[in-house]
Amino acid sequence: MLALAAAIAVLPLALSNNYFYDIAVLVGLNAIVCVGLNLLIGFAGQISLGHAGFFGLGAYGSAILASRYGWPPLAAMFTTTLAVAALAYVVGRPILRLKGHYLAMATLGLGVIIYMVITTEDKLTGGPDGISVVPFRIGGFVLQDERVWYWVVGALLLLAVWLALNLIESPMGRALRALHSSEVGAEVVGINAADHKVMVFVISAVFASLAGSLAAHYSGFVTPGKVTFLHSIELVTMVVFGGMASTFGAVAGAAVLTTLPQLLTVFKDYEMMVFGAVMMGTMIFMPRGVVPSLERLFQRRRQSASAASEREDA
Amino acid sequence: MQYLLTGLTVGAIYALVALGFSIIFNASHVINFAQGEFVMIGGMATVSLVAAGLPYLLAVPLAVAAAALVGLALEKFAVEPARGASVVTLIIITIGASIFLRGLAMLIWDKNLHALRPFTGDAPIAVAGATILPQSLWVLGVTLAIVLVLSWFFGRTLLGKAMLATSHNRLAAQLVGINVRMVLFVSFGLSAALGAIAGILIAPITTTSYDVGVMLGLKGFAAAILGGLGSGVGAVIGGLALGIAESMSAGYLSSAYKDAIAFVIILAVLFFMPSGLFGQRGGERV
Repeated sequence: MLALAAAIAVLPLALSNNYFYDIAVLVGLNAIVCVGLNLLIGFAGQISLGHAGFFGLGAYGSAILASRYGWPPLAAMFTTTLAVAALAYVVGRPILRLKGHYLAMATLGLGVIIYMVITTEDKLTGGPDGISVVPFRIGGFVLQDERVWYWVVGALLLLAVWLALNLIESPMGRALRALHSSEVGAEVVGINAADHKVMVFVISAVFASLAGSLAAHYSGFVTPGKVTFLHSIELVTMVVFGGMASTFGAVAGAAVLTTLPQLLTVFKDYEMMVFGAVMMGTMIFMPRGVVPSLERLFQRRRQSASAASEREDA
Repeated sequence: MQYLLTGLTVGAIYALVALGFSIIFNASHVINFAQGEFVMIGGMATVSLVAAGLPYLLAVPLAVAAAALVGLALEKFAVEPARGASVVTLIIITIGASIFLRGLAMLIWDKNLHALRPFTGDAPIAVAGATILPQSLWVLGVTLAIVLVLSWFFGRTLLGKAMLATSHNRLAAQLVGINVRMVLFVSFGLSAALGAIAGILIAPITTTSYDVGVMLGLKGFAAAILGGLGSGVGAVIGGLALGIAESMSAGYLSSAYKDAIAFVIILAVLFFMPSGLFGQRGGERV
């Protein structure tokens, strides 16, 4: 946790121009979503292929309320988050009765439906062209520069990680982990599986929605492009890539997979191919994700090193 | 009536894609999100081969074979190495594969829409107050033929029965001497071929492009779940039902949300009837 804070504080030294700050902010926003999604996928053992939908709802909600109706951005964000949480609660109850592939399909369907509503109701949402968003403003203070956003997002990411870590160590977190390893077993011990699953679903939706609202204000523009099935997949991949039961893995995954397309623009025509190949390759060879795999690698080295030193002593 | 006919046509395509999903799911419990790309490969490959001067009679089987090869390669290089991985991991692998294939297609072909000439002309035929394209008859006819061939295959041939056995109980099948890896291998090839045929059939009606696989794949998946994942009959019925429902709601309700209808139906089915129409009511072993 401290390492993450240090990293965030030190990173600007390496960022030389606004482009890099921009990427860093995007990484941070994605990381916030992923930390929430990781709670759902890694700890509670569920899956959601539709989280870009919540992200999009947060973004569009804030955009519409703040730009179309002139609400103060903070109020817009707050209201949108509440609305998304309510939606997640209402939809979560029936959806989370499903498991495995069926749950994947249901969340996928949810995400796609959200996308289609956004694209079709163009009088409200601007359709495929999107709408522009006013910059974020609290009182008289306008949040506009990339560097300022960087610190804001960095701080929020730290907050999100801290919340997630606390949740994991709390009784609720333990209940979730019990759910993950055996739902029936957890229920036998008195944990209300449905309640807990819905709770973590709502929490992850809230994280996504907040990140979406912020992203809308940051880019000054929202389009349906970020609400697609593909983006949902990217989010899930970030979580799995980084390591499913690891909060920092989620952050690492977000970092790597957000910067990857930027690096891949070198391969411009091959970008899609390489992205797909990277997804496949990492899943095949590091199915637990990068961070846990690296952790295990270090553990084995340490074990063999200590075993070697023991042999030396003996 | 018109909607019914359009729906049947589209539904037949969904049925073929759904069959592909079911076959692979039966053999391996993997949802192959790249199924839609097989459809795309079938259509696009045929376009190229026809443009290169080959007659349909040659181009079609070659395109189907090409797609089947891709399916086999997918199994060999992406699915087999990841054998014991979790559901999420396998899903991501196949999705990664579909992205990879789409990127590859974008390179080999281009981003444009391509049309195939219909097999036997494009003069609409009047049927009971509505019109139907000759190509639609081809779609329905070929789908019917395929369904019949597949039921013969699974019911009468040794390989088919081996595949069925594997889907019921993998371990038992291995104990009886069935080469389960071969079954998995073949199922991918077969599903790819089915997808490709669907793509070739529909291309003259709806044109084809490098990303036509995404929606078709998702809707085929939806149809497979509607009919019950793993049930061949279910896949066909689910596909037809989905096609008709989509067409009817587009006609009578709102055409803007045509694509969303499929997913709304899916959510409804999953909420109220999770095993689909014909799936087995699964119990969970504790």
